Amino acid sequence: MAILGAINPMLTAGLDGDKAWHLADYVKRGGYAALRRILEQKIAQGDVINEVKKSVLRGRGGAGFPTGLKWSFMPRSFPGDKYVVCNSDEGEPGTFKDRDILRYDPHSVIEGMIIAAYAMGAGRGYNYIHGEVWDIYQRFEEALAEARAAGLIGKDILGSGFDFELFAHHGYGAYICGEETALLESIEGKKGQPRFKPPFPASFGLYGKPTTINNTETFASIPYIINLGGESYLNAGKPNNGGTKLFSVSGHVNRPGNYEIPLGTPFASLLEMAGGMRGGRKLKACIPGGSSAPVVPAAQMMDCTMDYDSISKAGSMLGSGAVIVMDETTCMVRALERLSFFYYEESCGQCTPCREGTNWLYKIVHRIEHGQGRPDDLDLLGSVTTNIMGRTICALGDAASMPVQSFIKHFRDEFAYHIDNKKCLVPVDVQRAGSGFFTATV
Amino acid sequence: MEIEIDGKIADVPDGSTIMDAAQQLGTYIPHFCYHKKLSIAANCRMCLVQVEKAPKPMPACATPVTNGMKVFTHSDLAIKAQKGVMEFLLINHPLDCPICDQGGECQLQDLAVGYGGARSRFQEDKRIVFYKEVGPLISMKEMARCIHCTRCVRFGQEIAGLMELGMANRNMHSEITTFLGRSIDSELSGNMIDLCPVGALTSKPFRYSARSWELARRKSVSPHDSLGANLTVQIKNNVVMRVLPRENEDVNECWISDKDRFSYESLNSPARLTKPMIRIDGALREVEWNVALDYVTHGLKDVIATHGGESIAALASPHSTLEELYLLQKLTRGLGSGNVDFRPRRRDFSSDGHLAGIPWLGRKLSEINDLDAALVVGSFLRKDHPLFAQRLRQLTRKWGKVSLLSVAADDQLMNLHASRAVSPAELPMALASVLKAAAQLKQAVIPAGLETVEPCEISQAIARTLVEGEKGAIFLGNVAEQNPQAAELHALALELAKLTGATCGFIGEAANSVGGYVAKALPTKLNAREMFDQPRKAYFLLGVEPELDCHDPQGAVSALKAASLVVLMTPFSDLAACEYADALLPITPFTETAGTFVNCEGRVQSFRGLVRPFGEARPAWKIIRVLGNLLDLSGFDYESSEQVRGEMVPEAEEFVGGLSNSLRDISWSMAAPKNGGLQRIADVPIHFADPLARRSPSLQKTRDSAVPTARMNSHTMATIGVVDGAKVRVRQAQGVVELSSQVDESVPANCLRVAAAHPATAALGEMFGAINVERA
Repeated sequence: MAILGAINPMLTAGLDGDKAWHLADYVKRGGYAALRRILEQKIAQGDVINEVKKSVLRGRGGAGFPTGLKWSFMPRSFPGDKYVVCNSDEGEPGTFKDRDILRYDPHSVIEGMIIAAYAMGAGRGYNYIHGEVWDIYQRFEEALAEARAAGLIGKDILGSGFDFELFAHHGYGAYICGEETALLESIEGKKGQPRFKPPFPASFGLYGKPTTINNTETFASIPYIINLGGESYLNAGKPNNGGTKLFSVSGHVNRPGNYEIPLGTPFASLLEMAGGMRGGRKLKACIPGGSSAPVVPAAQMMDCTMDYDSISKAGSMLGSGAVIVMDETTCMVRALERLSFFYYEESCGQCTPCREGTNWLYKIVHRIEHGQGRPDDLDLLGSVTTNIMGRTICALGDAASMPVQSFIKHFRDEFAYHIDNKKCLVPVDVQRAGSGFFTATV
Repeated sequence: MEIEIDGKIADVPDGSTIMDAAQQLGTYIPHFCYHKKLSIAANCRMCLVQVEKAPKPMPACATPVTNGMKVFTHSDLAIKAQKGVMEFLLINHPLDCPICDQGGECQLQDLAVGYGGARSRFQEDKRIVFYKEVGPLISMKEMARCIHCTRCVRFGQEIAGLMELGMANRNMHSEITTFLGRSIDSELSGNMIDLCPVGALTSKPFRYSARSWELARRKSVSPHDSLGANLTVQIKNNVVMRVLPRENEDVNECWISDKDRFSYESLNSPARLTKPMIRIDGALREVEWNVALDYVTHGLKDVIATHGGESIAALASPHSTLEELYLLQKLTRGLGSGNVDFRPRRRDFSSDGHLAGIPWLGRKLSEINDLDAALVVGSFLRKDHPLFAQRLRQLTRKWGKVSLLSVAADDQLMNLHASRAVSPAELPMALASVLKAAAQLKQAVIPAGLETVEPCEISQAIARTLVEGEKGAIFLGNVAEQNPQAAELHALALELAKLTGATCGFIGEAANSVGGYVAKALPTKLNAREMFDQPRKAYFLLGVEPELDCHDPQGAVSALKAASLVVLMTPFSDLAACEYADALLPITPFTETAGTFVNCEGRVQSFRGLVRPFGEARPAWKIIRVLGNLLDLSGFDYESSEQVRGEMVPEAEEFVGGLSNSLRDISWSMAAPKNGGLQRIADVPIHFADPLARRSPSLQKTRDSAVPTARMNSHTMATIGVVDGAKVRVRQAQGVVELSSQVDESVPANCLRVAAAHPATAALGEMFGAINVERA
C-alpha cells in the first residue's frame, strides 16, 4: 500500500515515498517549525491546548473523541511524572494509514508528541508500534535517533529548558493492545488486558501516572494545527469535523491504498480516486470505519460524505477511516464469518461475555456459512450480541457485536437463504470470479 | 456518601464500591471474581447491576459509589445482564456436577440455580482444557471447569507474594497454568482451593473422599504455629476428612497455611499408637491401660524411692494444650521435682527468673496492619510463621517498612526495606549495631558496651525506619529464641524498643509458646537443657520426639538411653524413641481432646474434642489426672478440661493477663564471637516442625519437605574442596551424617546450614553449635 492520492493534503503533502522521510526532508517541508515557534515564543501550555480545541481535531484512532478536550483532562498541577503515549498499534482490519505515516513521515509524529508533551507537561513519551510491522518500528527508531541528535528530544529541547524523552516500544501483534489501557499494561511488561475504568488514564495511566494516549495520525496532525492555526485547520474540513483525514481504502476497488481527503468529501469522490469498482461491478456494501464499524449498504453509502457526523447518521462509524468496499460478488455470510473469527481470535479472554461470546458468535456464523445453520440462528445471534454489548470492560465486545448486528440487519435475506438452502445466495462461481484469485469457473 | 440500593439507603465512606455498600446493607449481589481480600478484577461480570442514569449495567465490585447514586440489583436490566453472563459462563463449563468434587459447595452451581437457564442454547462441543500437574496439594485435573475469575492468580501475586499461577493465551483458549510445568510451592497455596469458585482447583488429599453435605463442620484451632489459626474441621463417620479456615479477622483473617490445612492426614495415619505399650523382657509390647499405668506408677515410685524426686524430669512439647502442660507440671512438682519444661529447642535459659511476665508478641496481631516499621530478628519468617509473614507482606504493600536481621537471606516474597544475614554468633552484634545507630539518630546516650560498635549502612537504614516511624515493632523469631545468646538478643531488642518507642516481642515457636508460661510448665530446678546435661533417672516426655524436637538431640538421646525409666506420651508409634522408651502411652491429638492454645498475642482459644479417640488413645490431660490419682497426689480430681483451665485462666477471658516482655537485671556482654571453625545454622523445615506435620503424606511430598542438604557459600565449599551437589560428611561431636552439599551464597561466612528436625540430621548435635564438614 502506499499513499495514492489526496485532495488538499496536509499530512501527506510533499511526501516522496521512502526517499524523503529523514529529518532534513521534514524540516525542508516546514517540519519542527511549530515546535520551534512554541518554544521560542514560550506560548503558554493552555494556549496550545486551546488551539487544538479550536481545530476540533477528533481522535483518528477510531473513537473520534475531541483531542483538545482529552488533553485538558490531564491534571495540570500533578507533581510527579506524566506520560504521553502514541497508539501506533494499528490492528483494526482494513486500517493501514498509521503505518504509512510512520514510514514516510515519522517526524510529524515525533513533533506532534513533543508539542503534546509540552502542552500537558509530560516528561516522557512512548510510541507503541504494532508488532507485525517490524520495519516501521526500525524506521521510527532511526527517526528518533535523528531527532535526539538534533536536540529535539532529551534535556533542554532547543535551549528552552523543556525536557522530554521519547521511546519506541513494539508490541507483538495482539489486536487488544490497541485498546489504550491494554496498551499501557503491555508497555509496563504485563499481559495486554484492558483495565477497568474509572480510573481513566488521565488520572491513573502508565505506571499509575497521568497519561494521555492518542493515535498516530492525531499526533501527526498537531504540527499542522499549530502552523495553520486552529480555525484554518477546522475550515479545511467541515464544522465539528476539522481537518483532513487519511482513508485506507481496501476491497473491491481498482486502486486500494491510502487517500488523504478533507473531512466532508463525498464517498463517491473517494471511490473515484480509488479507481472505481473493480471490473466495473456494482457496489454492494461498505464498512466505512474499520471492521468494528457497522456495515452500510450501497445506496446509503453513496449518499454519505466522509466525516464523523454523516457516517454516524448512516448508522455506522467513521472509526479509523478504513473503508472496506465490497461488490456484488461478495457473500455477506462469508464476510461476516471472517470478521467474527478475527474478534474471537483477538478477544483477550478477560471478561466472560467477550471470551465466551465471541467464540459462540463465530461458531454460529461458521455453521451458517457451512450449510448447517438452524432456523433460529439469526435470533440467537441477535440475543448473544445484546448479551455481549455493554457488558465488558473494553469495547472489543461491542466491536465484535456490531458487525454481526449490522450484517444481519441489512442482509437478513442473504443469511436466511443460507440457512434455508444450505448454500449461498451469490453463486460460488460469481464469488470466485469477483475475488480475483480464482481463474477457473466451477 | 449516600447510596440507595433497591430502595435501602446506606452511608458509606468515600471510595467505597457498590459491592461494599451492598454488603453493608446485607444485599447479596452475585459474583465470582470479587473477593474482599484481593484486588478488583471486574472480569467475571456477574455482579452487573443497574445504576440510575448509567446507559449500561455496571459491575458492582468495581464501580465507585457517588453521592445520591441509585442502584437496582434486581431490576429487569440487572437480572437480564446477570442471566446473560451466567449463560456465557455455562456454555463451556462441563455440566458434570454429579462427579465434580466441588459439587454442593460450588458458587457456580449455586448461582446457576438462580440465574441459569433450564436448557442450553449452545449446542457445539465444549472447550477442552488439558490438565496440569502442580504438586501434591492442589489438583488441577479438571481445568475445563475454570471460569477464569483469576482469584488464584491474584492470590499468588498479592497474598502469597509469588505469582505461581497465571492466565496464559487469549480468548476462549485462555487457561490458568503455572509457568512452564512448574509446581505450586507456596506455603499458603491451599487457600487457592478455597478461593476457586468452581471445581477447577481442588484439594488433592481430599478429593473424591466425601461430599460436602456429608460432612459435619466443627470449630477448632490450629496446633501448629504460634498464630493459632482458627479452623473448621470437617468430619464424616468419626473421621476428620478435611480442614478449612474459619474466618477470624483478628487472627488468621480468612487464610490458613498448608501445614494447618493438610496436617490432618496424620490424624488417620497408620502410625497412630492405638494401645499402650510397655517394655517387657526387652521389647515393647501392647498391654491394657491398667497394666501400663501400673507399670508407670510403680516405675516412678521406685525411682523416687531410690533416687529422690529430683531424679525425675518432665519435658513437654510446646504444641501440647494448656491443660496438658498445667497438669504435667503439677504432677512433676507433686512428685517432688522441679525439672519440668516445655521449650525443648531452647539453648539459652538465662532470662528465666528475670522475666517480668509472660513473654509474648508485644502487640495484637491485628495491630500489625497499621505499623510504620517492623524489624524481625532471627527468623526464617515465611517458613516459620506463614500467616504472620503474610500480615507483614500486606504491610509492605502499603506503607510499612519491614526489615529482617537474620541468619539466612531466604526470599521472604515481600518488599523488605532492609535485610541482613549474619552468623548466629554475630546476631547480637548485628542487633547492637542497629541499637547504636538508633541511639546516634536519636542523639541519645550510647548504651553501655556499644562504644566500639560501628553501625553499617543497613543497620542505619533499619534504625532510621524505627526512629522515624510512629508505630514500630521488633519481633524476635525462632532463631533469636533458640540462639545460644537468646537473653542477650532479648535485652538488646528491649533497649532498641525503649529507645525508638517500638514494641518488642516474641513471635513464638509453637501453638502454646505463650501457654506454657501461663501453665507454669517452667523449671524451678533443671530446664530443658540441664535435665539432659545432668542425666536423670526417669524421664516423662509429653508429645516430644527428642531426636527431632530438642536443641541438642545427641545430648538428649544419650541421657534418655542411660535412664532407667522413660515414659513417652505420644499419638504415634513410629518413633526413634521406641529404642529406649520403657512405656508408650497413646494420647490424642488436638481433634480428639478438649484443650486450649494461647497464641502469640495471648489470645485464649479453647476447642473441643471433635471425634472419638483413635483406638485406645486417651486425652493426655485425663491420663495425667489418673496418674496423679494413682500416685496418691492431691488436687487431681478434675472432671473436665474446663476445670483445669479454670485454675489458670478465668472463665470467658479473651486474653491472658500478666503479659510482659520486660527483663530484670540482664544485660549484654558483647563478647566477641569465637573465631575458627564453622557454626551450624539450623532451620526447622516447615513441615517437620511438629509430629503431626511430619506424618502428613501430602505435606511430605512438597518441595519444602525435601531431604536437607548441607548449604554453604562457595568460599566454604572451595575450602573443603567439593563441588555443588557432592556428598559431604557433616559432623557434630560423635554424630556424623552424610548429606548432599548445596551452594547457597546467602549462607554467611563460616557457617554451614543444616536443617534440624529431620531424621536425616537427627544424629547431629546443637542447632547453632560448632560443626564440621568434609568431603565424603
